[in-house]
Amino acid sequence: MSESARQRPGRTPTPRFSDHRAQGVRAVRTFLRRSRHKLAGWMRWLAHLWRASLQFRVVTSTMLLGLAVVLLLGSYLLSAISDGLEQDRIESAKVEAARLTLEVQGSFNNSDRTSSEGDLNLLARQAVQSAASPGGDNERYLVLTRSLDNTSNTVVQTLSSGDIGLPVVPLALRQAVRADPRRQQVTLIAITDPQSGKQVPAVIVGSQVEPPLAGNYDLYAVFPMQREQATLDLITRTFLIGGLALVFLVGAIAWVVTRQVVNPVRRAAVVAERLSSGRLNERMRARGEDDLARLAKSFNEMADSLQTQIRQLEGLSRVQQRFVSDVSHELRTPLTTIRMAADLIHDSRTGFDPAVSRSAELLHNELDRFEELLADLLEISRFDAGAAALDSDLTDLRATVARAVQSAQPIADRWGSTISVTADGRCNAEIDARRVERILRNLIVNALEHGEGRPVEIAIAVNATAAAVTVRDHGVGLRPGEGALVFNRFWRADPARARTTGGTGLGLAISLEDARLHDGWLQAWGEPGEGSCFRLTLPRHTGTPIAEAPLPLRPGDAPEPHRDAVAPLGFTEHGGPSHRVANTRHTPTAPGSPR
Amino acid sequence: MIRKESLLTGWKGLTQVNGRVLIVDDDLALAEMLGIVLRNEGLEVSHVADGAGALGAFRDSRPDLVLLDVMLPGLDGMEVCRRIRAESGVPIVMLTARTDTVDVVVGLESGADDYVVKPFKPQELIARIRARLRRGDEPEPERLEIGDLVIDVAGHSVKRDGTALSLTPLEFDLLVALARKPWQVFTREVLLEQVWGYRHAGDTRLVNVHVQRLRSKIEHDPEHPEIVVTVRGVGYKAGPS
Repeated sequence: MSESARQRPGRTPTPRFSDHRAQGVRAVRTFLRRSRHKLAGWMRWLAHLWRASLQFRVVTSTMLLGLAVVLLLGSYLLSAISDGLEQDRIESAKVEAARLTLEVQGSFNNSDRTSSEGDLNLLARQAVQSAASPGGDNERYLVLTRSLDNTSNTVVQTLSSGDIGLPVVPLALRQAVRADPRRQQVTLIAITDPQSGKQVPAVIVGSQVEPPLAGNYDLYAVFPMQREQATLDLITRTFLIGGLALVFLVGAIAWVVTRQVVNPVRRAAVVAERLSSGRLNERMRARGEDDLARLAKSFNEMADSLQTQIRQLEGLSRVQQRFVSDVSHELRTPLTTIRMAADLIHDSRTGFDPAVSRSAELLHNELDRFEELLADLLEISRFDAGAAALDSDLTDLRATVARAVQSAQPIADRWGSTISVTADGRCNAEIDARRVERILRNLIVNALEHGEGRPVEIAIAVNATAAAVTVRDHGVGLRPGEGALVFNRFWRADPARARTTGGTGLGLAISLEDARLHDGWLQAWGEPGEGSCFRLTLPRHTGTPIAEAPLPLRPGDAPEPHRDAVAPLGFTEHGGPSHRVANTRHTPTAPGSPR
Repeated sequence: MIRKESLLTGWKGLTQVNGRVLIVDDDLALAEMLGIVLRNEGLEVSHVADGAGALGAFRDSRPDLVLLDVMLPGLDGMEVCRRIRAESGVPIVMLTARTDTVDVVVGLESGADDYVVKPFKPQELIARIRARLRRGDEPEPERLEIGDLVIDVAGHSVKRDGTALSLTPLEFDLLVALARKPWQVFTREVLLEQVWGYRHAGDTRLVNVHVQRLRSKIEHDPEHPEIVVTVRGVGYKAGPS
């Protein structure tokens, strides 16, 4: 008989224990829909966290994997337990049903009141009621009904104990009983528990009895599985709580473990950042002998070696700058004496013979040049030492330009050049007027010296972030590639060209340093035969970066750019900062005049 | 050459001043050369080679002006300047080989009236000295009021509620220049020309430092000046009288 249990004819209503869980899932979905926009925000935040934090990533993946394992294991165990409980109940139900069948059949067999149909019905009722729950509990229900193939004329009415009626018996089961009446037929159904009103799974066992004279009757025993359901619910709850606890525990463990790894890495990152920001004494703590200690140790070794090298280079550079500065200073005192002596001689040269008189003049003039060179060298060494400081004040650039023009006027007169200045309105900017005037004087003198007597045009303009001055000449201009070289120390365009004017070769280099001190730009444009244009762009307010220069570097009257002439230099009208980079190279070249 | 002519006439004017100059410099060649140049201008010159002896020499010779090298053996120039300033308002012109902002400002703050950077042209030095000595001319009797201060120009005194304030001659000149034209804004360049006698652009830090020193002596609250007021981007002016 036990084989028939495997048949389980038509488990149609799928009476699974977990049926009511589906409702819960639906509720969760509704909740998710409702808070979708809120969720989108969280998702972005989580995505950011996922990218940014290694620890979060490790903890999350560990928890997700743990959750998956717990779910798999839990559902396997739950289904195994539920199957076991079900099988046990089915087996005990079959034994119980067999006993009940025998009991009912015995009542029929032992009775002698079988003459009338009424007696028979009464007998059947008594038999069923005595067999069904004697205590009135809900442990079992019995249904007695006519077999499908019963053709007897004597009819016993369908009987049932409790609130269970014939409708709970699936037709498939009845057919199975008809097909094989000798064996018990078992299936699972869902019944409504009369007490709680809930759906409860139940085992139903069908077999045949033979009341006297009435042919074959089916006796169905229904065994509700409340107790098993309760047990399973308890186990499910325990599993859920345990599983969640386990997942969180695993997460916490992962957090602690990754912390041990990530923290030193984070510390290393912090130390590396500090190192790169110049705090060379920063080191990691290296304790123990593990991998992290080794990381820390090698990190520190790297920092040590970097520090040593930087210190060495700094030391060398400091020694050199110090030397240049000291030499310049030490030269000054004797130079002052020489200067005064030379001036005294120069002033009384009229009484000397012509050769001595001329010598006195040469001595006097060359001392001027010597002094200028010394002053420029000292200025450059101050920039190199980082000792130059800005002394900014709100100044009208037009006044600064006017002073620079005024001081360059004697040179302009000597060259026969005219200097014109165009400006629209006040051009206020926070600048160090002394330095800006020096830049402008250098640019103007430079333009005069290379302008071949043609006019020099100066334009001043401001916009929201920047003030600019352009100095344009119409002289020999610059060859391709020279735009960046003009700012090099002691650079000169044509070594073969005779020196016509003084000039230390440091003027434009100092100007560039002055401009950089202002966080400004100093750029050069030029083409052979078209002259050149130098543009100084300064931020209007200290600390506010320049967005755009108010004046074009390339003059409006210049011919269309020749690709070869302009492209390699990158001297377009827009790219300010890139030029600055190009312009800031300091490659000492052969001594000579600027440009 | 043009400059020489004009300076020569200036020098002749200076000859009448007949001032005494004390040179404090450890470089003997430079000191001797300075002596030659200054004596040519008709000035009386005395020399001391180290900082430690400078104060004694100053007391002995009672000069009208001190030429002081910043870097001296023994006592450095700043300290010498501070000690001389403590007992006298005599004009002090510093000779410096360093033009770094800090050096110059510290020099000026220690009490120097002016400074000359080596290597200087002799004419430039003479002009500086002359500007500081020229104050010997007797000014017209003049009484100025500014804020709660009363200035007696001829008597070289500044009084607040009858109490005299002690100003150096330079600070006095600066205050008088501002007080003569109250409400007029003076640019630093104009003040350099009027007070220090610079004919060409000079170092405007001179003005800044001395205005600070002046304020510390005459203002009730130097952080919020009411007598010498800064006009941002332009210069200074005297406050309401």
